Amino acid sequence: MTFRTYAQVAGADASGLADQVAAQRAQVRERLHAVRRVVAVMSGKGGVGKSVVTAALAARAAARWPDRVGVLDADLRSPTVARLLGAAGPLRITEAGVHPAIGPGGVRVMSTEFLLDRGRPLAWREPDAERFVWRGALEVGVLREFLGDVAWGELELLLVDLPPGADGVADLAALVPDLLGALAVTIPSDEARHSVARALRAAVEAGIRPLGVIENMAGYRCPGCGEAHTLFAGDAGAALAAEFGIPLLARLPFGEGPDVEPIVEALA
Amino acid sequence: MKFLCLECDEQMRFAERQQPGDGTFAAAFRCPKCGRSVALLANPMETQLVDSLGVKIGGRTLDRQPMELARSAMLGREDAFEDGGKGEAGSGERPSPSPSWSPAATERLERVPNFVRGMVKKIYGDYAKQHDVAEITPEVMDRARADLGLEGI
Repeated sequence: MTFRTYAQVAGADASGLADQVAAQRAQVRERLHAVRRVVAVMSGKGGVGKSVVTAALAARAAARWPDRVGVLDADLRSPTVARLLGAAGPLRITEAGVHPAIGPGGVRVMSTEFLLDRGRPLAWREPDAERFVWRGALEVGVLREFLGDVAWGELELLLVDLPPGADGVADLAALVPDLLGALAVTIPSDEARHSVARALRAAVEAGIRPLGVIENMAGYRCPGCGEAHTLFAGDAGAALAAEFGIPLLARLPFGEGPDVEPIVEALA
Repeated sequence: MKFLCLECDEQMRFAERQQPGDGTFAAAFRCPKCGRSVALLANPMETQLVDSLGVKIGGRTLDRQPMELARSAMLGREDAFEDGGKGEAGSGERPSPSPSWSPAATERLERVPNFVRGMVKKIYGDYAKQHDVAEITPEVMDRARADLGLEGI
């Protein structure tokens, strides 16, 4: 039996799938057209305080650009940043799209925190069978909707708080071609250094510009004597900065309100 | 995706789709030359894989709804969303008359989970506007479901 194959049949795809995907991408581009800077906050390792740094950055940036800062919590499975910024649902839907929640500091936030039942993990309605096949596509689809269907409005800065690991940054790069770059958060330890280095390489390979390194939990100050102590051995922040030729933007001590103004200044 | 009628060497055309509500999906394609039809029958995993991409086999018959993927696929809280009206104040959007809902249609709508009710309401509302229907009744809802291939919702 001989018959024509896909490319030999000249007619258009009956479902227009390519057009549908193109429309999705156009929607994201159109929505982010009014956003001056989209910056990813990433780390290869969990538990380094990435969301805390993101929230501090957003709050500080909102002091510089009132009502013109947003945070997209791309950590769909373990959302944190909305709570840190005091933003809560329900989310308002209008013809303009889904309106982000706004915390007391004026930061606009979108997160699965607003969608999930309290204390419940991220779960899907569809059957468990072969879930691994489609779950990744679904999560990227939800991230795309967070970018394209949310009425972010005019923003000076949209921070995207990525989940730990190296995958999220490549997904974001595919969705947001005009991403300004990525901030890498680490703690001083050597283990964190190697993990964050892998994520930074993934970012570079995805065409994302690393903007700098933030070393979190860089020692702590004893509340009794006031003396500074080491919390983790290592110098991951400086080492990563040297390895990738990017600035070490800040070393933030544990347990104190982080001074992130130099980072906001670097983004301005 | 293309379907080719081997007898006629003609590309088949999309005819209709059905979502019976059991997680599966069916789409029919017809040969424009001989009229022969074939049905694409997808199991729940295959259906979900396509849905996860946010695309519709056979093309879209409705405009995308805001966050329709998250709202339809995610197991979430019922009070996650609220209807916020027409949009930003001063946005210049011209309000269009909304069709009314009959008591029976309202009762039926209330059986839809809160989480997706807003989206479902908008789908029926858009259908009514497009067809110059002033009042949405259960019969209008049935007609919309058939016309739009919404048997799954």
